[in-house]
Amino acid sequence: MQQIDAQITPLPRLDDEPTFNEAWQAQVLAIAQNLVAQGTIAADDWSNALGAALRELQVDAESDTVENYYQAALNALETVLQVNCGVSKQVMDQRKSDWTRAYETTPHGQSVKL
Amino acid sequence: MPSFDPKKITKIHQHLHSHLPSDPALRVKALETILVEKGMVKSENIDKWVEVYADDIGPKRGAHVVARAWADPDFKARLLADGSKAVDEMGFAGPASGHLKAVENTPESHNVVVCTLCSCYPFAILGMAPNWYKTAAYRSRVVREPRAVLAEFGVELSEDTAVHVWDSTAELRYLVIPERPARTEDMSQDELAKLVTRNSMIGTDRDLKIGSA
Repeated sequence: MQQIDAQITPLPRLDDEPTFNEAWQAQVLAIAQNLVAQGTIAADDWSNALGAALRELQVDAESDTVENYYQAALNALETVLQVNCGVSKQVMDQRKSDWTRAYETTPHGQSVKL
Repeated sequence: MPSFDPKKITKIHQHLHSHLPSDPALRVKALETILVEKGMVKSENIDKWVEVYADDIGPKRGAHVVARAWADPDFKARLLADGSKAVDEMGFAGPASGHLKAVENTPESHNVVVCTLCSCYPFAILGMAPNWYKTAAYRSRVVREPRAVLAEFGVELSEDTAVHVWDSTAELRYLVIPERPARTEDMSQDELAKLVTRNSMIGTDRDLKIGSA
């Protein structure tokens, strides 16, 4: 794996930061762990996909952040769903567009539904 | 006289008030709704997991395992022989945690845990992994220069203390049993558990003291 310079990353300083900065970060792990727990995806497959996604990010000392970690986790989840669960990228993109449109066209104050 | 396009104004107004979630939030929302439709996950299970792991399950579980190991030599023997089975005795075994191996610190040796591939972690007993555990810096450096990384965490090891770095996988995760602090003979297991820090169970903390947790 890539190597990160010692001087620029004061690890213990991250100790007291919250584990999740945004709800979607927790939801990514929740979906992945639910799928692993019920045997839909193998723990190894998830671990390997996450490892590959983290490598792909090619972080340096500055981008070695929690935000990027969860970005990799989301990429990994999308990959696992494509490879192991038959969910195509096209279907994911379409559903994301549907939600975007729903948010943009739902008047303020009303719940957003597809 | 100023002119405006009512359609454009409406669009801008809707956009400003739509509270459009971020790109990753929309991608996750898309995934969740697809999986719910396919019957592969239930929304309530996702919400429950987030609630439980964000709030309820933390390193306290691991601390109680360690405290019991300190106080009960038979339990410690069982924990070292088969971590998953011993933890299961305490009702803490969780799904998707893989097999658990407990490794014990001694005056002559120190154990530290990493997942060089991704971020495998015994979250059923330690809760969510700390942020530094997920960084590329920790995952690469603790293998190459464990003593330097440990020093950053305030763990200064003498040259004659051996360091063992354990690389977690999806199937095998580790719990460090730190050394029991001195002058704690009269403490109850609950009191002992309060001395155990999360980092000491990962190995980035070593000398526990009364009042250190």
